[in-house]
Amino acid sequence: MRLASGGRIDRAKKLSFTWNGTALTGFTGDTIASALLANGVKIVARSFKYHRPRGVFAAWVDEPNAVVDVRYGDQHDPNARATLVSLRDGMVVAGVNGYPSVAHDAAGALDLLHRFLPAGFYYKTFMTPSWQSYEPQIRAMAGLGQVGDAIETRAFETRTARCDVLVIGAGPAGLAAARAAQAAGASVIVADDRPEPGGSLLWDTATIDGAPALDWVGATTAGMRVLSRSTVFGAYDHGSFAVLEDRAAAPAGWAGPRLWVIRAAQVVFATGAIERPLVFPDNDRPGIMSANAVLAYLRQHAVLPGRRVIVATNNDSAYATAIALRDAGAAVEIADARAEAPNIEGIRVRPASVPLGTGGRGGLAWVDLGPCDGSRRERVPADLLAVSGGWSPAVHLFSQAGGALRWDEALAAFVPVAAGQHVAGSVTGAWDLATCLAQGHRAGLDAAGRASDLAAPHAPASALARPILPLWGLDLPGTRQWVDYQNDVTAKDVRLAASEGYRSVEHLKRYTTLGMATDQGKTSNVNGLAILADATGQAIQDVGTTKFRPPFTPVPLAAIAGLRAGALFAPLRHLPVHDDHVALGAEMRDYGGWARPACYRGIGETTAAAVKREATNARFRVGLFDGSSLGKIEVQGPDAAAFLNLMYYNEVANLRPGRLRYCLLLRETGVVYDDGVVARLAPDHYLLSPSSSHTAGVLAMLELWHQTEYPTMQVSFHDVTAAWATFAVSGPKSREIVMALGGGADLSEQALPHMAMTKTMLGAVPCRIARVSFTGERSYEVSVPSGYAHSLWRRLLDLGEKAGIMPYGIESLSVLRAEKGYILIGTDTDGMTLPVDLGLEGPLRAKKIDFVGKRSLLTPDATRPDRRQLVGLLPADPAVVPVPGTHAVLRDGGGQRSLGWITTACRSPVLQRSVALGMIESGRARMGETIDLFHLGQFSRATIVATCFYDPAGEKLHG
Amino acid sequence: MLALPCPHCGTRDEAEFQFGGEPAIRPPSAVTDTVWAEYVYMRSNEKGPHRELWCHAGGCGQWFVLTRNTATHAVLP
Ligand SMILES: [Zn+2]
Repeated sequence: MRLASGGRIDRAKKLSFTWNGTALTGFTGDTIASALLANGVKIVARSFKYHRPRGVFAAWVDEPNAVVDVRYGDQHDPNARATLVSLRDGMVVAGVNGYPSVAHDAAGALDLLHRFLPAGFYYKTFMTPSWQSYEPQIRAMAGLGQVGDAIETRAFETRTARCDVLVIGAGPAGLAAARAAQAAGASVIVADDRPEPGGSLLWDTATIDGAPALDWVGATTAGMRVLSRSTVFGAYDHGSFAVLEDRAAAPAGWAGPRLWVIRAAQVVFATGAIERPLVFPDNDRPGIMSANAVLAYLRQHAVLPGRRVIVATNNDSAYATAIALRDAGAAVEIADARAEAPNIEGIRVRPASVPLGTGGRGGLAWVDLGPCDGSRRERVPADLLAVSGGWSPAVHLFSQAGGALRWDEALAAFVPVAAGQHVAGSVTGAWDLATCLAQGHRAGLDAAGRASDLAAPHAPASALARPILPLWGLDLPGTRQWVDYQNDVTAKDVRLAASEGYRSVEHLKRYTTLGMATDQGKTSNVNGLAILADATGQAIQDVGTTKFRPPFTPVPLAAIAGLRAGALFAPLRHLPVHDDHVALGAEMRDYGGWARPACYRGIGETTAAAVKREATNARFRVGLFDGSSLGKIEVQGPDAAAFLNLMYYNEVANLRPGRLRYCLLLRETGVVYDDGVVARLAPDHYLLSPSSSHTAGVLAMLELWHQTEYPTMQVSFHDVTAAWATFAVSGPKSREIVMALGGGADLSEQALPHMAMTKTMLGAVPCRIARVSFTGERSYEVSVPSGYAHSLWRRLLDLGEKAGIMPYGIESLSVLRAEKGYILIGTDTDGMTLPVDLGLEGPLRAKKIDFVGKRSLLTPDATRPDRRQLVGLLPADPAVVPVPGTHAVLRDGGGQRSLGWITTACRSPVLQRSVALGMIESGRARMGETIDLFHLGQFSRATIVATCFYDPAGEKLHG
Repeated sequence: MLALPCPHCGTRDEAEFQFGGEPAIRPPSAVTDTVWAEYVYMRSNEKGPHRELWCHAGGCGQWFVLTRNTATHAVLP
């Protein structure tokens, strides 16, 4: 119920929401959990394995139970934690893992079968015939919430920041640290996961420096860089931390979370502590809550979750909750596990008393209280049981960052062993405000590495500070005592695992699933490993903790992807005349990261028909091809020739200026990395044309070899791909069109033969014309600065109109090049292909210097006679185009052995039949042989021929 | 994310760098096949201090050798 006054809520701003279809209200400042509690909702979820009814247990990030489905506007979170989501007007909230609802769940009967569902049940039961045969049904029963299929539309963004000191946690210790570090001159960022700074001060009545604590918080954070609602979820290398900033409560609406990467020279871990549940029979009933959570709901949200309350504890922290409940008008009793109990006015305190059992339908009605051994019990009516089993320092990030942990017997907690790191507050096991403030002040100055005159903040010492009595469950046979609420792991499950030989806490975790749910065992891990220690006779220190790994809380993958999603994941590069292609009806596809025309389909034309038309037109009339994506790397310097000769397989130093050569570039393994045309523009100036998708890689390779192997050579490299547009005019009528461009260059066969280039001016525009052919037809590549690309493209189409010019795309070029046996790197070659496999053996014999990859071509493997070699293949059925990847096989008795495979295949318009290229074992020695092909169970046959199917003498290139 | 020292630009985020693996000294081509194969294929894959090539590809383009502890990621002098 909601109290008439108090709390950090805005009672003027009433919010409407629905819970499982019922209209309820809350206030600005509520979380979904506080609003549900204020409305008296007891059951908020069904447990993962047994479908047990569960209520809200905690008030923040440690909540194990209250996973709910939230819809707000067009947004949907099927796995929201009710304790973390700020309530908004119009939210639609529903329980998960219950059908038809969490209050009346048909699968709740599963709980009656619990004797048959112990730890490791799945491993023992669902193995015959195989796990896979059971998995679909089990997956349907398990899980939390239904994932929607809507595309994420929220904008995600990533930010980076640097600082001298990152303070994690804006509680009293963190703020004291940030205050001191800032006073000492350090740049400080404070990251805290709550909506506002203050941490435990948000529900504490303490004073700091004589003023209410929250006044001190306000004064301290003025002018301080505080990231609120920002969870530091991972500690990474070299002082980098990943932070998820929740913007669901942003004034503009429910924005996607923002991912921060913060690099800090020093970090102060002021991450606080998490209250542990007590382990006792039926301790998972709705109405049983963390004592500190009850205090937080009371003070922050003015919510009283029960009127007749038992506070069960083994330490002093829960006394504050009991006193606050008393002051709010509740009837309160304290059951203290310890033998001595103080007198508290208006509260009955029972010493040596623990809960022995609970009961009630749909919520708590009574608690049995008595000594630990259960020798006596008294049934006490109650609608709320607030429990505290002690505190576990939130050492997750400290441990992720490489910090070591130590089990402190007196505190009954794992605490950080700070060696050069800065830790402050309850993460160290300090529960007293005065101590936390002093520690924070010291840590802040240490992190800043400078002194300051600033006085440490002061708070009165706490009155109650008696030692904790560790309590790790009760020895009461036949009872069910829950350790991990979210994954339904009981103390008995942990003991069963121990009796089956699981001694390592990492094995225990995987076998029982303890701590593996979405809450990552924030409330359960220490209880679980303490029970394991007891059951195996080990010390808790020796059992240790499981490894802490990021993320601290669940992080949406969309937040990590940020803007790198959809079209921005791998943006396609556009050609300078992209729009012209689209206007001509080009079908644009992704070719090696560039959007390039596949072909230009006419209205009603199929792709195959367009390819046939374009390829035929280029063969017999003239075609226009956009080759602008082809790489252009300029290489300049007095040592350019000598350096490139060390890089390339082919000889390039004897190339005359104005001449071009087709060259291979190898890896040091001898494998062909790239092919392309090398042009010599001047004695000290080359232009390389790597494949479109290899340009960056070739440039990187040249830089690596220059910088690491030949640093004294005077040569430099520059990628000018984007600076030039290149159009290939190809076909028997190409020369007349390029002549008509003007510019006055001599295009006669003597002046500009095949594999030569010249420079000219088209008006004021510099232009390069090169005789290169990828089609086997006479071709001119015309290049201009890319700003003039559109004019040149239009002009070539206009000038070629009478000759019947047609643009052709990549798919048409693929047919033209296959007819000529021209290879495509990465299609006809793979990570094992050597130059000799392609029939290019000349340079290896002729070139004396140690070019890249040469020595690898002389090894026994590179020279064995049975290597796969590139050959042409004519399918026996000329109408059938074999699928690339089809194997050539040797049928030998009953079996068969692969001889290699087809790499390229197409229907040749000019030959009016199918042709193919393939890598076949000892292929060149098999010329004329007919071999078997095998694909998906079907055999066919093909004859091995030379790689060039059309115009083998190359007359059309020159003619 | 590592913070790596570019000899030209100073300490920058790992995202700006390209990893080049362990450097190997290129032997003359007269060596045996075994020695050549060691150079081309075999790397020490050290746990602990490890010499490796990095390129400030997203910055000045400089390749440089760095010694890094592969177990702790500490950049060593
Ligand atoms: Zn640099």
